[in-house]
Amino acid sequence: MQKLFATIAVIITGAILLNAVEDFPRFGDPHSPPNSGVSGGSVSSSVHYLQNTYLDTRVPNVVTAVLADYRGYDTLFETAVILTAGIAVFAILRVVRREDEEESAGSEEKACSGEFSTSDSDGEGRHRVVVGTTCRVVVPLAQLFGFYIIAHGHPSPGGGFQGGVVLGTSFILIALAAGLGSALGRLREDMYLRLACLGVFIYAGIGLLSLFFRRNFLDYGALSGLLQTGGEEMARSHGIFGVELGVAMTVTTVMFALFANLSTRGELKGGL
Amino acid sequence: MILPLDIILLIFLVIAAVLALKLRDLLSATMVFSIYGFLICLIWAEMGAVDVAFTEATVGAGISGALMIATIFKTARKSSD
Repeated sequence: MQKLFATIAVIITGAILLNAVEDFPRFGDPHSPPNSGVSGGSVSSSVHYLQNTYLDTRVPNVVTAVLADYRGYDTLFETAVILTAGIAVFAILRVVRREDEEESAGSEEKACSGEFSTSDSDGEGRHRVVVGTTCRVVVPLAQLFGFYIIAHGHPSPGGGFQGGVVLGTSFILIALAAGLGSALGRLREDMYLRLACLGVFIYAGIGLLSLFFRRNFLDYGALSGLLQTGGEEMARSHGIFGVELGVAMTVTTVMFALFANLSTRGELKGGL
Repeated sequence: MILPLDIILLIFLVIAAVLALKLRDLLSATMVFSIYGFLICLIWAEMGAVDVAFTEATVGAGISGALMIATIFKTARKSSD
């Protein structure tokens, strides 16, 4: 009975949505309001961005400029949402044992001190030779690619979110190939929690910095004096890059924190 | 926009979406869900939204699958409903 009602509801909603699609302009229609350049008598926002982004920010990739500069608030709170998700998973799953319970697991702790070893204490080591060797080749390349995506968000697709996810994935790869302890040896828990908060702090901090120059929050053009750039345009470009770094920091650490907590039920020991 | 490629991608997208919901084995459902993310990524890329496609490739097809597999390993593999 429930399924019948659900099916009817889905069909009705789908019909309404499909009906609404009819009214959309065709894909790539040059006469649609966003593309023709006029919406309600004034220049439409998309044409405004396409014409002025490079002049305002010296950033060739319009998407990056819109995300990090024109719509900076949006991205700031998106980053805050990611941090909140990380904090929520941490708060729900993380199990912190008391000191006396910790001692029994002390020997395991030592084995996790950061050696990139494919041999695990549970004797499964020899099965992981292929995975470990692949990981040893792939992880540095993945991290390099991650930094490239972050740094190259200005002229090409990419930016803090994507680069951060790639960087976080490289740590997950270490955790899968060499055990979670090995990955935690590289990015300790207190470290990643601090870095996650620091990322949002950098973003909001760059925004606040422009307040000190009597400009609006997140108006990076105000930093031109501080950064010794000739004009405000390059200051905006540098501001966008600083913001992307903050986003990448939060995303990288939160992705790894999610995996570490989910794969061990918050114990941060053993792993998959 | 290439129409035949579009139609093929959209058909596979619908199949992947229905399969991801219908599969009882959650590990397989996660795989199909990752395929779904990858197909959406291809559609975004084909429509010229490269930044969105990039995000979808890393998040939808990449890390969400890894996180869900990690969760399945620590919970139950079979769906109860």
